Amino acid sequence: MRGFLTAASFAALLLLAGCSGGNETKLVITGSSTIAPVMADIASDFESANPGIQVNVQSGGSSRGIADVERGTADIGMASRDLREEESHLNQHTFARDGITMIVHADNPLDSLDTETVRRLYLGEIDSWAAMTDYDEPVSVVHKSEGRATLAVFLAFMELDNDSVRPDLVVGENQQAIQSVAGNPGAIGYVSIGAAEHEAGRGVSIKPVALDGVSPDPEAVASGEFPLTRNLNLVTDGEVGEAAQQFLDYVGSQASDERIRDHFFIPVNDAAS
Amino acid sequence: MTDRVVRLLSGLMAICAAAVLLLIMAEMARAAWPALTRVPVSEWLLSAHWSPSGGDFGLASMLAASLLTSAGALLIAGPAGVVLGAWMHLAAPGWLRGGLRTLQGLMAGIPSVVYGLWGLITLVPLVNTVAPPGAVMLTAILVLALMILPLSVLVTDAALSQIPDQALQSARALALSRWGSFRSVLWPRARAAIVSGIVLQFGRALGETMAVLMVAGNVIRWPDSLTAPVRTITANIALEMGYASGLHLEVLYLSGLLLLVAVALMMGLIQRGAGNL
Amino acid sequence: MRGMRDPIFMAAGICLVLLMVLPLGTMLLDLLQLGLPHLGLDFLLEAPRDAGRAGGVAPLLVSTGWILLVCMAAAVPVGLGCAVFLSEWLSPGSAASRWIGLSLDILSGVPSIVFGLFGYQVFAITLGMGFSILSGGLALACMVLPLLVRTSQQALAAVDVRYRDAGRALALTKTGMLGRVVLPSAAPGLAAAVVLATGRALGETAVLLFTAGYVMRMPDAVTDSGRALSVHIYDLAANVTGGLERASATALLLLALILLTTLGLHYSARVWQKRMLALGG
Repeated sequence: MRGFLTAASFAALLLLAGCSGGNETKLVITGSSTIAPVMADIASDFESANPGIQVNVQSGGSSRGIADVERGTADIGMASRDLREEESHLNQHTFARDGITMIVHADNPLDSLDTETVRRLYLGEIDSWAAMTDYDEPVSVVHKSEGRATLAVFLAFMELDNDSVRPDLVVGENQQAIQSVAGNPGAIGYVSIGAAEHEAGRGVSIKPVALDGVSPDPEAVASGEFPLTRNLNLVTDGEVGEAAQQFLDYVGSQASDERIRDHFFIPVNDAAS
Repeated sequence: MTDRVVRLLSGLMAICAAAVLLLIMAEMARAAWPALTRVPVSEWLLSAHWSPSGGDFGLASMLAASLLTSAGALLIAGPAGVVLGAWMHLAAPGWLRGGLRTLQGLMAGIPSVVYGLWGLITLVPLVNTVAPPGAVMLTAILVLALMILPLSVLVTDAALSQIPDQALQSARALALSRWGSFRSVLWPRARAAIVSGIVLQFGRALGETMAVLMVAGNVIRWPDSLTAPVRTITANIALEMGYASGLHLEVLYLSGLLLLVAVALMMGLIQRGAGNL
Repeated sequence: MRGMRDPIFMAAGICLVLLMVLPLGTMLLDLLQLGLPHLGLDFLLEAPRDAGRAGGVAPLLVSTGWILLVCMAAAVPVGLGCAVFLSEWLSPGSAASRWIGLSLDILSGVPSIVFGLFGYQVFAITLGMGFSILSGGLALACMVLPLLVRTSQQALAAVDVRYRDAGRALALTKTGMLGRVVLPSAAPGLAAAVVLATGRALGETAVLLFTAGYVMRMPDAVTDSGRALSVHIYDLAANVTGGLERASATALLLLALILLTTLGLHYSARVWQKRMLALGG
C-alpha cells in the first residue's frame, strides 16, 4: 500500500512539476524544410547569445509556415518562395538565396540534363534511363507534395502544371526526396541545392546534375548564372514581439552569414543584386 | 449518503465516457460543414481529381485506395487467420498453442509505426526488385495483412473456445478429420463471432495511418494496379493537415468524418449481428 | 485428437505458422541489426543531435512519460468511474448499459487520425492548448477510454461472488463494499486495464502528430510541445537521411518499454492485492 502511495505521489509530483511552466520566452518557427536545418543552427547560436529566449524550429513545408503565421500558431514562418498576391498582407524578410537542382542516384552516369528532358521525364514520357545513356534502370520520378515551395518553383520554371506530372513517388521534405533518390538506382528528383550539397557531402548516394549546362554550385547561384533560383524568406504577420524582432535582426545581420554559407546558401548580404 | 455521492460521480463519469463519441462526431461534422455546403457530393465523393490549389477536391481515388488496400489485406489475413486459428485450436500440440497465443498477443501490441519502419527497411526494397519504386499498393497490403493477422487468429481461437466440448466429441465420434470437424461442426457455430471479429479488423485496416503512410508511395492516382503507388484517405490527412487552410482543411475534416461514419456504421452492424441491439 | 488423419490440414497449419513467424523474425533481426549498436546508456541519457541522426532520446523519454501521465490522469478516473457505474449500478441488459456500451464500442473503432483531427480542433485550437503535451495526452485519453472501461468492467465482474456475499452479510454500504471488497480484489484486473491502455498509448503516433507536435527539446511544462518516441521513429524513418539506425534503436526501446509495462504492472498489482487481502481490507 505504501509502495502504491509513494508511486502515485511521485507521479503527481512529476505532473505538477510539469505544470510550473518555464520562465523563458519561447519562439515558434515553422515552415520550409529547405530552411529548417540552417534556421535550427542559427537558432542555437542565437540562444547561446540570448539566454532566456528559446527558439523551436520545425519543418512542415512553406505553406505550413505561412498558414501557421496567419493563424498564430507560429511566431515566424519559413518560406522558400516569395509571397503570393493573396499573401501580401504578410511581411517577407529575405535572408538568403538558394537554387533547386535535379538529383539522380550516384550510380547514374548522367551529369547534365536540359530543361526539355526534365519536362519529358516528369510528364512520364521516358521509361528507362537506357534511352539516354548507358544505364539500364527504369525511371522513377520523385515529386514533391502540394504545399511545398520547392514544388511551386520547379513547376513554374519547367512550365508544367501539377496535374500533368506523372510521379512514381511523392515526398514531403527535401530530406525525404534525397532519401528516396539515394535508395533507388533509377530515381530522379529535385531538391534545394543547399540540401543536396549538404547531403552529398555526407556520403549519401545522390548526385546533383547540371541544368542546361550550368553546374549547380552556390557560386553559380550567387552570380545568377544558374537558372533555377529562389529567395529564402522569413515571414511574419503584423507587429511582432520583442524576442521575434531580435531574432529577425539577428538572421538579417552578418552574424548568421557563416551558418548560411555552411549550408550552401547565399546570404543576401553577399548576393549580387 | 456516501452511496449517493459515489453513484452520482460514477454516473457522471459514465455520461462523460459515452459523450466522447458524440463530441467527436459533432466536432468533425461542425468542422466539415462548410465543405459539405460548398463542395457538391458529386465532386468530393465521385471525382478522382484532387488538387487543392486548383480548387478540386475529389476524394474518390483516395477512398478507392483505402478500400482496396484494406480489402486486399483482409483477403490475405482473414482466411489465413481463420485457418491458423482452427489449426491452433484443433491440431497444435499444447505447448505450441500457448506459445503462439502469447506470440500473437505480443504482435498485436507492436505499434503500427514499427510495422511501418520494418516495411520501409525490408519490404520496400524487396518489392522494389520486382516492382519499382517499391513503395506501392502491394507493399501496403502486405504490411496491413501482417498487422491484422494476429488478431484474426485470436478472434477465431476465442470463438472456438466458446463452443462446448460436446460438439467436438460428437465430431470425433463420427470419425471426422480435424479439418472436417472444423468445417462441419465448429464453423457453423462459430461463424457469426468469427466473421464479426474479422470485419472489425477491416475497420481497423481502413483506419490505419502510419504504416501505409510509410510504405504506400503517397501518389494521388486511381489505384488500378498493385504495383503502383497509392495514397489512402488516412495518409492524405496526415500529409496535408500541417499546411492546409480554409476550404482545403475543411475537406480534410470531411474525409475524416467519412471515415468516422463508415467505421461507426460497420461497428453498429456488427453489434446488430451479434444481437446486442 | 489422436487418430484423426489430416495431413493437408497439418501442413497448411505449419505453413501458416511460418508465414506469421518469418516476417516477425526478420523484423526483429533487422531492427536489432540496425539499432542494437546504438542502444546504450548514452542513448537513454543524451539529447538528440543533428536532427536525431546522432545522440540519444533523453528529452523524448520525458515527453513520452508526461504524455502518458496526462493521458492516464484524464482517462483513469473517467474510465474507472464509468466501469464502476456500469457494473454496480446498472443492470447488464438495461438500455442505458447497452447504449453506453455501444458508444464505447464504436469509439474503440475510430481511426487514430480522426482522434488526431479531433484533438487538434478541440484541444489545440478551441481550448487554446496549442501543440503541447497536454493536447496530446488528452487526445490520447479519448482513444484509450473504451479499452480502459471494458477491461475494468471485466475485472469488476470477475470479483468472486462470495466476496460480495460476505460484504452484504456484514451490511456494508455500496461504497463500503466497493472500497473494502470489490476494488481490492479487482485490483490486478484493474491494473491490467491500465497496463493495456499504457501499452496501447505508447505505440500511438497519428494522434500525436498534430497535438503534441515534433519539438525534440526537453519539455519544461505540459504546455510545451514534446516529441513522443513513436513520433520520433516516424520522423527519423521518413524525413531524415541516415536516420534509419536511430529509428530502429528507438523502435527497440519502444518495444522494450511496452513489454516492461506489461510485466511490471502485472507483478506489482498482484503484490498489492495480496497485501490488501492479507490485511483484511
